[in-house]
Amino acid sequence: MTVTFPAALAGATTSAASLRQFLHGLPGVDEVGAAARAASLGTRSVKAASKSWAIDLAIRMVDLTTLEGMDSPGKVRAMCAKALRPDPTDPSAPPVAAVCVYGDLVAAARSVVGDSVHVAAVATAFPSGRASLAVKLLDTRDAVAAGADEIDMVIDRGAFLSGEYQRVFDEIVAVKEVCGGAHLKVILETGELRTLDNVRRASWLAMLAGADFIKTSTGKVVPAATPPVALVMLEAVRDFEALTGRLIGVKAAGGIRTSKDAIKYLVIVNETVGDRWLTPDLFRFGASTLLNDLLQQRQRMASGHYSGPDYVTID
Amino acid sequence: MNERVEVRKTYKLFVGGAFPRSESGRTYEVLDFEGDFLANAAKASRKDGRDAVLAARKSFGAWSAATAYNRGQVLYRIAEVMEGRRDQFIADIASAEGVVGLDAPRIVDAAIDRWVWYAGWADKVAQVLGTTNPVAGPYFNFSIPEPTGVVVAVAPQASSLLGLVSVIAPIIVTGNACVVIASTERPLPAITLTEVLATSDVIGGVINVLTGDPAEIMPWLASHADVNALDLTGITDPALATELEIAAADTVKRVRRAAPDEDWHEPATLSRIRGFVETKTVWHPLGV
Repeated sequence: MTVTFPAALAGATTSAASLRQFLHGLPGVDEVGAAARAASLGTRSVKAASKSWAIDLAIRMVDLTTLEGMDSPGKVRAMCAKALRPDPTDPSAPPVAAVCVYGDLVAAARSVVGDSVHVAAVATAFPSGRASLAVKLLDTRDAVAAGADEIDMVIDRGAFLSGEYQRVFDEIVAVKEVCGGAHLKVILETGELRTLDNVRRASWLAMLAGADFIKTSTGKVVPAATPPVALVMLEAVRDFEALTGRLIGVKAAGGIRTSKDAIKYLVIVNETVGDRWLTPDLFRFGASTLLNDLLQQRQRMASGHYSGPDYVTID
Repeated sequence: MNERVEVRKTYKLFVGGAFPRSESGRTYEVLDFEGDFLANAAKASRKDGRDAVLAARKSFGAWSAATAYNRGQVLYRIAEVMEGRRDQFIADIASAEGVVGLDAPRIVDAAIDRWVWYAGWADKVAQVLGTTNPVAGPYFNFSIPEPTGVVVAVAPQASSLLGLVSVIAPIIVTGNACVVIASTERPLPAITLTEVLATSDVIGGVINVLTGDPAEIMPWLASHADVNALDLTGITDPALATELEIAAADTVKRVRRAAPDEDWHEPATLSRIRGFVETKTVWHPLGV
């Protein structure tokens, strides 16, 4: 990979030692401060007109996800139909950003969504990431060949936590290479990283290695996405843009189930990195049940009365 | 010796088995029958109503799937726990309704007995309301009552305990979950009842009690698409009752009409149970 970085970053990736020095040289995160900041942004009052806009934006940002062992081509096709037209009773409801499936179901997804919606595949021995690099690369190649235009890879948290940053870095670079034209989202699995300092380091590591998106979680570990974690990742993205001019996306995945939560995240995005990031190209929600709640809120705003789960499809 | 500092009471709502404050943060003053201050009660908003419906919907699966025998036991347990708090209920009724002498204990006893009466119906409803139907074909055909779902009820305004129990018990005995708005001016017996419900094996969310103004909350719940039936018993304003029935029609809810003058000392009948069940008919092939 031949990304050129400005002077401030140029030395960071030259060797394992310099990488470690750079990551450990990042300023520490004030955990209490981050939690308080995220909580205070969550209390913003969003009025009806803005809320209606935010709900439509959030729908357009959803990566509609099914990552279960019991997934079948039929289930994926049904979900894809929903991705194209989330609310069959209301054609004005926008389609979602992408569908997110396991690699072997990419073809089934692509056959339904065509070019209208992105198809993201989780790869690299998702969700644990415990496989050899060769297997991870093959997994990725397989998904790309089947038609995935976004790859969600997991980092090797074991290596990251034991300080082998160079190994994690090299893996991301290698996966990015086989992705070809497909967008690479790097899953940090922040629930396993333990501290916000680690979240900041992992975010920078992934961005330096060439990630197009950094993503909070697999959704298989609790806690998944939390507002403080998203805040720290967005700050990293903001600082990276200030240094390099490159815009990196953020995907909050797992644990976001209500429109209220989704709107809180949008407020955090807007207040941290600005409204340039309020687009599906740079911010996503990885979710399965969130979409139904967004649709119910949308129906509520359109009809003037509360909607219910009987009026949306069950995935 | 110093006089003891009074413990002032600000009661809360009962939603999903917990006691939250109103989302709006509002409270209102509850007065006794002579107009003296008794306590503060939470003034529920439409969002509290929405949260209560969510809680009711969440509990409906487990409650309706419980065996009828088990539901009967739970209702009986409510009567047991109420019995232990008899004196508190008597004091609540006396201050709220201004009843004197033996009338207050009589009302409390009647309320407890009503739980027991409905508890007995839990595993007998299907026998009485269900049936096998003669059909011209090789089928075994039978009809059984099933719970309607989430029922929103307005409790009687005057009869703050007996009326309340007479509204709730027939709704939940068949497996429905309910959101009930207590008497606006006399909410304390209902609040004491929530403390009983919290300790009597009722699944959290099966009974949710809101205090406040039905005229404010009910229009939102009457039009709420996730509510399956309304019990308007305690609505005293005919214009509001009409408005609510119209709103309910949009989503084809079952409605039990307003009955502000019902005499709660009359023996209960199956009418209220029957009002909140759906009849399912099954055709089952014979022979083979």
